[in-house]
Amino acid sequence: MTKFPISLWVGLLMTILFVMAAAVSFFWTPYDVRELDIASRFIAPSFSHLFGTDHFGRDIFSMIMVGARNAIGVSLLAVGIGIMIGVPLGLWAAATRTYGGGFIDEILMRTNDLIFAFPSLLMAILITAVFGPSAINAIIAIGIFNIPVFARISRGAALSLSSKEYIMAARVSGKGMVRISYEHILPNILNLLIVQATIQFSIAIIAEASLSYVGLGSQPPDPSLGRMLNEAQTMIFFAPWLVYFPGGAIISMVVGLNLMGDGLRDLLDPKTNKAKEEDVVA
Amino acid sequence: MMGAYLFKRTLSLIITLIVASIVIFIMIEVVPGDPAAFMMGLSDNTEAANAVRTELGLDASAWQRYFTWIFGMTSGDFGISYTYRIPVSELIGQRLLVSVPLTLYSLILSTMIAIPVGIIAASRRGSFVDTVLMGLAQVGVAVPNFWFAIILVLFFSTSLGWFSAGGFLGWDAGFFQGLKALTLPAISLALPQAAILSRIMRSSILDVMDEDYIRTARAKGLSKNQALIDHGLRNAMIPVLTILGLQFSFLLAGGIIIESIFSLPGLGRLVFQSIAQRDLIVVKSIVTLLVFAVVMITFFVDMCYALVDPRLREGAQK
Amino acid sequence: MIRLIIIILSVIFYPNLLSAQNKITIGLQMEPPNLDPTAGAASDIDEVVYGNIFEGLVRIDQYGKIQSGLALSWDISKDGRSYVFHLAEGVKFHDGTDFDAYDVKFSFNRARAKNSTNAKKYIFKPIVMIDVFDSFTIMITLDHARSDFLFNIGLGDAVIVGEESAANNVYNPVGTGPFKFKRWIRGERIELIANDQYWGGAVWLERVTFKFITDPLSAYTAMMAGDIDAFPNYPAPENLFLFEIDPTFDVIVGLTAGETILSTNNKSAPFDNILVRRAMAYAINRQEIIDGAMFGNAVPIGSHFAPDHPYYVDLTALYTQNLTKARALLKEAGYEQGFTASLKLPPPIYARRTGELIAYQLAKIGIDLKIENMEWAQWIDQVLRHKNYDLTIVSHVEPMDIVIYANPNYYFGYDNKDFQKIIDDIDHSNDKAQTEKLYQEAQRKIADDAVNGYLFQLGKYGVWKKNLMGMWRNYPIRANVLRDVYFAEAQ
Repeated sequence: MTKFPISLWVGLLMTILFVMAAAVSFFWTPYDVRELDIASRFIAPSFSHLFGTDHFGRDIFSMIMVGARNAIGVSLLAVGIGIMIGVPLGLWAAATRTYGGGFIDEILMRTNDLIFAFPSLLMAILITAVFGPSAINAIIAIGIFNIPVFARISRGAALSLSSKEYIMAARVSGKGMVRISYEHILPNILNLLIVQATIQFSIAIIAEASLSYVGLGSQPPDPSLGRMLNEAQTMIFFAPWLVYFPGGAIISMVVGLNLMGDGLRDLLDPKTNKAKEEDVVA
Repeated sequence: MMGAYLFKRTLSLIITLIVASIVIFIMIEVVPGDPAAFMMGLSDNTEAANAVRTELGLDASAWQRYFTWIFGMTSGDFGISYTYRIPVSELIGQRLLVSVPLTLYSLILSTMIAIPVGIIAASRRGSFVDTVLMGLAQVGVAVPNFWFAIILVLFFSTSLGWFSAGGFLGWDAGFFQGLKALTLPAISLALPQAAILSRIMRSSILDVMDEDYIRTARAKGLSKNQALIDHGLRNAMIPVLTILGLQFSFLLAGGIIIESIFSLPGLGRLVFQSIAQRDLIVVKSIVTLLVFAVVMITFFVDMCYALVDPRLREGAQK
Repeated sequence: MIRLIIIILSVIFYPNLLSAQNKITIGLQMEPPNLDPTAGAASDIDEVVYGNIFEGLVRIDQYGKIQSGLALSWDISKDGRSYVFHLAEGVKFHDGTDFDAYDVKFSFNRARAKNSTNAKKYIFKPIVMIDVFDSFTIMITLDHARSDFLFNIGLGDAVIVGEESAANNVYNPVGTGPFKFKRWIRGERIELIANDQYWGGAVWLERVTFKFITDPLSAYTAMMAGDIDAFPNYPAPENLFLFEIDPTFDVIVGLTAGETILSTNNKSAPFDNILVRRAMAYAINRQEIIDGAMFGNAVPIGSHFAPDHPYYVDLTALYTQNLTKARALLKEAGYEQGFTASLKLPPPIYARRTGELIAYQLAKIGIDLKIENMEWAQWIDQVLRHKNYDLTIVSHVEPMDIVIYANPNYYFGYDNKDFQKIIDDIDHSNDKAQTEKLYQEAQRKIADDAVNGYLFQLGKYGVWKKNLMGMWRNYPIRANVLRDVYFAEAQ
């Protein structure tokens, strides 16, 4: 087993911490985030309330746990959409280029470019204006912009693989386009996809925070980190913990994921790890 | 050869633009709620609302409105804003005067930070300095720019009083005044940009340093840094420049939240308000402008690559 | 070079230009869509132009009282149907044209025309005849005596406009007021300058800048930093106390005409059942809402009427929080297990915060509310127009608007013949005592029927520099009249 780079360790640790907090929040949080208690508002971080309370008396620590859970959930599903739709599209595009005239490839790539051309935050706002603000629509809006990323990556990787001997061999042996894509190409681009997924995940977390900051995304009373930041703005002068902790949570999650992504890339990148060629699934 | 590629690419471009315009038009059509009702507010006045609707030309059919819009745009007429009743082009023009300088300012700031950081980190790869710089970059990427803006406002406006809290007096109030008003916003936007760019710069330099021509230069006796600066920097900059170009359009619209926090009359806020006010003509025009800008930039970048590298003309990998 | 000479000459002849004191920068949260208050409903327009650029025959002062405006005096006929207005002479519009009775006739006819976009056409509907006797005397005859006519023509929708300039008022407003429109940098600010020809005499302020600051954090920093001199309605009651403890600022919390209510769709089950509505009324704790959402800065109300109005009757004791009673009523109505419903909330922060608190309070009796935050455009479309809602929270800021309950098509869906009779009587009433009695009856009726949840009267959170005098403390109408505003000399 190759040595894990330190960035991977740190990143993994941070990410697991948050995932665990998020998972636990399904069963238990120190306080009920739906309980409003005006008498207990604006309590500074203390023994009873680790991160303090907000303007409605809600415990910030509990809200961050649930908020992290919402952020992770939205991002996971959004990236999932990107992968589930983007990867097959990219593979298909690559396949048509290698075997066919490439016309479909052209259309897919132009559509990709088109989606890339649209300013994503703006589109997300428009989408939620049409369909109403909610976590589901945030997932769709972010998901849509993940599709071209994965399509482009899988296509590029698939095309560079298609000239390899074992692929040629598979073609000659009569295997169909789809089979080749899924049996031979996919497993070999998996590493690339995993690395990209962690990066997209961290981007999605910031996107979710931005969307909920402007009020689109998980709706009250579901806690949402971005919305917490928005609500806390005017109170930072006498309750700064309302801004530091949610902001810190977002930053930590993203840093953790990015470190993990970097670490994975160092681990799996063929340039630095000679083991690649032999691992090929033939 | 070049001619055929140019033709194919241009055709592709035109089709993309047309499809984009149709997509935009349909998307906006689907948005529920109409500006006339919005303008009437809580008053219950259907007669007046209908009068407004006729005045704005909202009664016409979808096809009519699409073609009026398209042909108008080609001659520079983007229509009249439903809310403000002045030409959309005038509105957009005013806002561009704020958004474009802001975007350029933040791009300059982020480049000024990213290039030296990237070079230093790359040249001292693996060292403590490299780890620290790249660690900072990691955090920089992770910081939501609106959070950073709030912190900046807190320290520099409220506590230190160095900068005004927001607002933009206009360029006629003085060039430096205007720059001052744009400084905190530009810094908020620049931070995540700088973080991303410095990482790209660093990896781009590392890639270049492995190239043969660098080895040759070093073999000739140049030091690592000299070789880099004399020969490698130009090539290392290419990916960075590509990204910069694409970020331009992203920043123009992405400044929505920053413009809101700093009360800047920019493009992002205009489009945000227009969506809320259902001033769909403005929304359509701005989205179209932004999409076109990106598509055109991609087109030109592709052209430049094609000029430089003949292999690309076959339409192979991107 | 020429510029320099002009500047030097101006300073010599008009030393006021050097004085920084005669100008004011006022912060507003909402930017008006255009500047014609007669061409669409937006109290945002009034906040800039009412009493500053435009004037009406009469004007509403900061106490909600009717004062003379362009009409110096008026005679009302015995039967209450005819008003003869004696207009001020020597008044000029900002474009130099003279004001006379024909402009009044033009303005009113324009407002009530078929294609008019005036949002309060109902003000002008009762007008049967407009007679111009001479350049400064005009008679307006109504279909019958109406107690609210004089008040209504003091509103921003009835200001007098000039025939030549009316069409362009949306972006180049021309009125008779003490301030002229200078320019509008959309998204940023509107600038006004003093009208040297103002018929009402000189005003202290030379230059007025309305700056638009939507973000509440920016409002705080701008105010604290001194970038703006006044925020007539400061958007963040949560940090108001920071200004209160600061000796350089004055904080004046006044009242608006905005009744903040939990609007209920009386036509949609289960809200068509009075027992359910009463149950909800018993579940609401007004003080908790005022403390939680408005940080203590609001006045509770028991019906749809402004607490500072002389006709107000305090009905807050009719329904106070009593969860046992609430649950009993729900059980009686057949909803022992409670039910679920949607709560659609428009953008203002008071609505959002109040919404969360209401949801929390009603959950205690088993009513599960799903909060749907939306923008104004969606809210107006879904709630107001299509009445596609269960509950919503909004502040009705039009003064004396209890009459909306007499309209069965209004989004409340309240259709009660008794109430409609009361309003009809008010309409025809010619006697002050009678009118007062009727208004009180009206308040009692809708409170008793628990048509909506009556929460609190929205306050006006005025923050301005300590030496600023003359700012309105209340918003009987949403206007910022600057005629009497000045900076006192620093001692």
